[in-house]
Amino acid sequence: MKQVEKILAALALSSVLSISGADTVFVTLEKDNALAVVDGTTGKLVKTVDLGQRPRGIILSADGSQLYIAASDDDTIQIVDSTTYEIVGALPSGDDPETFDMSPDGKRLFVSNEDDDLVTVIDTVSQSVVKEIAVGVEPEGIAASPDGKWVVNSSETTNMIHWIDTGSLEIVENTLVDQRPRAVKFTADSQQLWVTSEVGGVLSILDAQTQQPIKKLTFKIRGVTAEQIQPVGIAIDKAGQWGYVALGPANRVAVIDVRRLEVVDYLLVGQRVWNLAFSPDQSRLYTTNGVSNDISIIDTKKHKVLKSVAVGRYPWGVAVK
Amino acid sequence: MVRKVLQVITLLGWSVSVFAVDSEALEIVWLTQQKVAAAALSNLDSVPLDEGLQGAQLAIKDNNTTGRFTKQKFRLKAVRVPQSGNVENQFNELVQQGYQHIIVDLTADQLAVISAAAEGKSVHIYNSSVSDDRFRGSECRDNLLHMVPSRAMRTDALGQYLLKKRWKKLFVVVGPTKEDRDYAVALRRAAKKFGLKIVEEKNWTHTYDARRTAQSDVPLFTRGTEYDVLVVADEQGLFGEYLEYRTWFPRPVVGTQGLVSTAWHRTHEQWGAVQLQNRFKKQTGRWMSEMDYAVWLAVRAIGEAATRSGSLEFDKIRGFMTSEQFALAGFKGKKLSFRSWNNQLRQPVLLAAARSMVAVAPLPGFLHPKTMMDTLGFDRPESSCKLGN
Repeated sequence: MKQVEKILAALALSSVLSISGADTVFVTLEKDNALAVVDGTTGKLVKTVDLGQRPRGIILSADGSQLYIAASDDDTIQIVDSTTYEIVGALPSGDDPETFDMSPDGKRLFVSNEDDDLVTVIDTVSQSVVKEIAVGVEPEGIAASPDGKWVVNSSETTNMIHWIDTGSLEIVENTLVDQRPRAVKFTADSQQLWVTSEVGGVLSILDAQTQQPIKKLTFKIRGVTAEQIQPVGIAIDKAGQWGYVALGPANRVAVIDVRRLEVVDYLLVGQRVWNLAFSPDQSRLYTTNGVSNDISIIDTKKHKVLKSVAVGRYPWGVAVK
Repeated sequence: MVRKVLQVITLLGWSVSVFAVDSEALEIVWLTQQKVAAAALSNLDSVPLDEGLQGAQLAIKDNNTTGRFTKQKFRLKAVRVPQSGNVENQFNELVQQGYQHIIVDLTADQLAVISAAAEGKSVHIYNSSVSDDRFRGSECRDNLLHMVPSRAMRTDALGQYLLKKRWKKLFVVVGPTKEDRDYAVALRRAAKKFGLKIVEEKNWTHTYDARRTAQSDVPLFTRGTEYDVLVVADEQGLFGEYLEYRTWFPRPVVGTQGLVSTAWHRTHEQWGAVQLQNRFKKQTGRWMSEMDYAVWLAVRAIGEAATRSGSLEFDKIRGFMTSEQFALAGFKGKKLSFRSWNNQLRQPVLLAAARSMVAVAPLPGFLHPKTMMDTLGFDRPESSCKLGN
């Protein structure tokens, strides 16, 4: 009887914990060749785990059990158990993988190979390369649309968005955008593609139906020169209410009203803010700050920066469980 | 009848081949003259024979990768005039043959001659080697574009850093060449601009052989006046490297040796520069030099203008390149563009030590109403060149 009570109590406790939304935040440290694990609720660095060389892009598997991490200088994508933090495998990735995304069904990974001007398509089940697609110079951002129709890739020196049909795995359209396009992100309804141009200093919003620009947003911050505003990482909430853009050395995250496509606020975070990720319930947004070597935690309801947490050198990518 | 058909076929074949040469690909020329190998200070760094050319080849590849999507093709024509040859004749011949984009690695005197010859013609000359301020001032031309920073940009970059460090008392050592004296002129201008004081200026007249004399010559030469930093003007690199660690006072060396100001450096890895460094190294097996970078920029500027204007026509490319919309990404964190008043490419200048990037100018705090990059070199109001306005 006592035993049963104990079990029940343990069950109750664990459900309380999961309801309270204890986020585990995973941050790749490009210079430390490591993964920082942070408790997003308490803002404490829990652990630092050694990885391959120059870890950058990071995503969580569809079921949340595994992390895929691009070890750029080892030319591989490492698979890390998201509970034990052990490296459990590796995927072929082509040379110098930087960023990647997964198809909505979790069966395919799309990787940008910066040095070879390629997008590599990987089957996650058979762990083999399905296809290499020639794209523009220095492919960077990559995004699979939630409706499964598109994979888009930005090429930094060619200044284009390449629209790859997921059926044929061929490029069917190219859209010219401003200088040095970095991140690409679809809205949850797959209708819009947001693109940041780091050197151009703008956020372009493209219509996924026509692949043409709908609007171009620029950013103005008092006391910050236009040259310091270098848009990079993007996050858009599932409700289609708020979008967030990291502005690099401007040390700010822009808050964008998704319906009106207007900037409504700028949040001061760490130095050279790079990539963004939501907590699973989207009540918090995490930013990696490459120069100040920390992450910032943002409350997305109040649009307030709650805290910054030191993680290690050159925090680059972030994923949250 | 048969004859007629044959004629038509020949005609067709001919016209097709003409089309292939003239309108399908844009031909960009890289022009240089074989150099007399300069007397080397040491055997440490070999001088690459393909400097500049490799930058052009990489950028042509980049342009063509983009061109696959825009249906534009670019071809490189590399012309190396022999030592005994005549550069001006070769240049005129190229212009006559219809080449309109000519990137040059030439001496200042040669640049003066060919840019005079190109006056009024539909030709762009892209300067990848000459830093002389006169070509951005009294001798500027509307079809001469400068991919390398001027001396004034270099010394201003240095001046900003010295002021930031409060190393305000300068001991200047000037080498024997005209370029060294020009560098000293630019340095005096920067000193005035940033409130630095040249407490001593001396001409270097000693021997160049360090193995024999540096240890005894340099302390004596630098003795006397107290100063914060020693600035050396030795563009050929004939003696500057000998100054460091041998001065009378324990002071750092900056200028053309020690801490140098340059458009590109192997220690530069910010803003994605590491990617360009890697691509270049993969192609050549060596580091990208400042000249390789300048030539890469020239070819990329042409490619960028062709992509954005959707045309390979000279007038369209020229129009776009010199317009307000033009912006080139050059791995230095800022949009690069041409100063409308003198065709100098505005760009950040790196301040680099042999094995570390020390700072990137414009430094924070040096403000400008339009772009901070225009705190380097001759700004519109002070320029004696008044192109396009």
